[in-house]
Amino acid sequence: MATVFSKPEALTDAPLHYCPGCTHGIIHRLVAEAIDELGVRGRTIGVASVGCSVFTYNYFNCDMVQAAHGRAPAVATGVKRSDPNNIVFTYQGDGDLAAIGTAETVHSAARGENITVIFVNNAIYGMTGGQMAPTTLPGQVTQTSPYGRDVNTVGYPVKVCEMLSKVDGATYLERVAVNNVKNVRAAKAAIKKAFQNQIEGKGFSLIEVLSTCPTNWGMTPDKALGWLEENMIPYYPLGVYKDKYAESEVK
Amino acid sequence: MSDKVLMKGNEALAEAAIMAGCRHYFGYPITPQTEVAAYMSKRMPKINGVFLQAESEIAAINMVIGVASTGKRVMTSSSSPGISLKSEGISYLAGCDLPALIVNVQRGGPGLGGIQPSQADYFHATRGAGHGDFHLLVLAPASVQEMVNLTFKAFDLAEKYRMPAMILSDGTMGQMMEPVSLDAGEIHEYDKSWALTGTKCERKPNIINSLCLQPEELERLNVERYERYKIVERDEVMYEEYMMDDADVCIVAFGVAARVSQNAIDKARAAGIKVGMIRPITLWPFPKKVLLDTADRVKAFISVELSMGQLIEDIELATRCKKPVLLCSRVGGMIPSTDNVLDKIKEADKIGGAN
Repeated sequence: MATVFSKPEALTDAPLHYCPGCTHGIIHRLVAEAIDELGVRGRTIGVASVGCSVFTYNYFNCDMVQAAHGRAPAVATGVKRSDPNNIVFTYQGDGDLAAIGTAETVHSAARGENITVIFVNNAIYGMTGGQMAPTTLPGQVTQTSPYGRDVNTVGYPVKVCEMLSKVDGATYLERVAVNNVKNVRAAKAAIKKAFQNQIEGKGFSLIEVLSTCPTNWGMTPDKALGWLEENMIPYYPLGVYKDKYAESEVK
Repeated sequence: MSDKVLMKGNEALAEAAIMAGCRHYFGYPITPQTEVAAYMSKRMPKINGVFLQAESEIAAINMVIGVASTGKRVMTSSSSPGISLKSEGISYLAGCDLPALIVNVQRGGPGLGGIQPSQADYFHATRGAGHGDFHLLVLAPASVQEMVNLTFKAFDLAEKYRMPAMILSDGTMGQMMEPVSLDAGEIHEYDKSWALTGTKCERKPNIINSLCLQPEELERLNVERYERYKIVERDEVMYEEYMMDDADVCIVAFGVAARVSQNAIDKARAAGIKVGMIRPITLWPFPKKVLLDTADRVKAFISVELSMGQLIEDIELATRCKKPVLLCSRVGGMIPSTDNVLDKIKEADKIGGAN
């Protein structure tokens, strides 16, 4: 019988620990598919972060190092500089990448580190039980913004792709979502391109993936997908925020 | 034996690291260790090495973690306030069982403190270089030649025991010039099967990690690490004795404090006082046994240190307070003078009414 669908080789057989309806699993699969299709699993080294995605070192079937909270791009810099032939990616959440690790994010982009950053934005701290994140929307209720995020006291969400689009060293920045089939397909293409860029030595690529957290949003998985569509995408518009090589081709 | 060259301590250390096979340096500017970074920035590009000035001390130590994960020799250097910032990464290095070299060219503290020499990070280096139960190998050079020799040693021990090593230096060691021999000796090869080199699709993935949510398992990992530490304490203690054969009073001092103490001992000996010195070269593992043995034959110890009484605690612990331990200290960037030490020797010599 012909096999029409199987687990990517770049994923191990370990059962994912994510909550029902969480879209981390989809994103893991997209990353693994990209690694498989590009044939780089044997020279790929992943950097896990802190948060729900901390256990990615159990899920990706390649060498992995687990970094301190926010430090994944710095660790990835060391791994990449040790052997530029390695394909190095980080997998980070919003608290990790856009709060405690902002400096590492911005400066790895500024240096044009030839790495791939997968940035999962679900507008909340998941692992610790649903606190306000740097990407929590204005008015959004979380454990530490119980009356809704008040921008007058705690400020505004950080728009990572928009911010990094002003950083000269960044090569490729795209925001995608995984809330429906069409968006998942676009996310896959973006993630694959981010790895392809690294293979071609083009420099820093970051894919921001809008993701759901049904548990901490207090919604059913289905409702969470709708909430992402109706609330997150308007605030965080999808699209390519920077593509250095496409720009130069146009010129 | 190679020819001797005149070098500044910080630069000699940097060249020694290169000779030891280190091709990756990550750092952030801070006085008084900047010569290390400046030297590396000149040398590394010429030998296909990597010098990278990081955006922060925190980023620098995490870049070190990245290279260490791949099994290559890597280092960073900083001075006291910067070392505080690196503490998180140092704890991760220990928790991940990764070898790496961290150089602390100490300055006065706490806070921003000053930029003059200090030994006030003794507790930090030997007790609390980050959260959790762990030790660093801590080596304390007292000459430019030792800056070189202990750099070779630090890389070797770090790889041998898969743990981070620190050179605990200070502004005087870093800045002074002395003739040195740059002879790396033999570089040992240790098992690196744990390193992240890419699986080549031929082996199971290697995972470098310090997370462990099962308490029984995390306890086991800690106990195993401390079994390894026991071997380090048994086999790797380094110290030097000076005029201890007939000494009634024993000075304990490291680094620049030991150099001052040696001058004071010479003066005291000329005045007929039987004083000697045990100079710890490894601060961890601390030379506990020789100090305990010595406690049976001297009447007092003196801790000479550039801190408010930190080293003295290890002397008291090692000797189990069998004999009085006097403190001779200057801080804030000040260095005890020969006469400061001599006065303390005379005070110690009166203890017990001997002579």
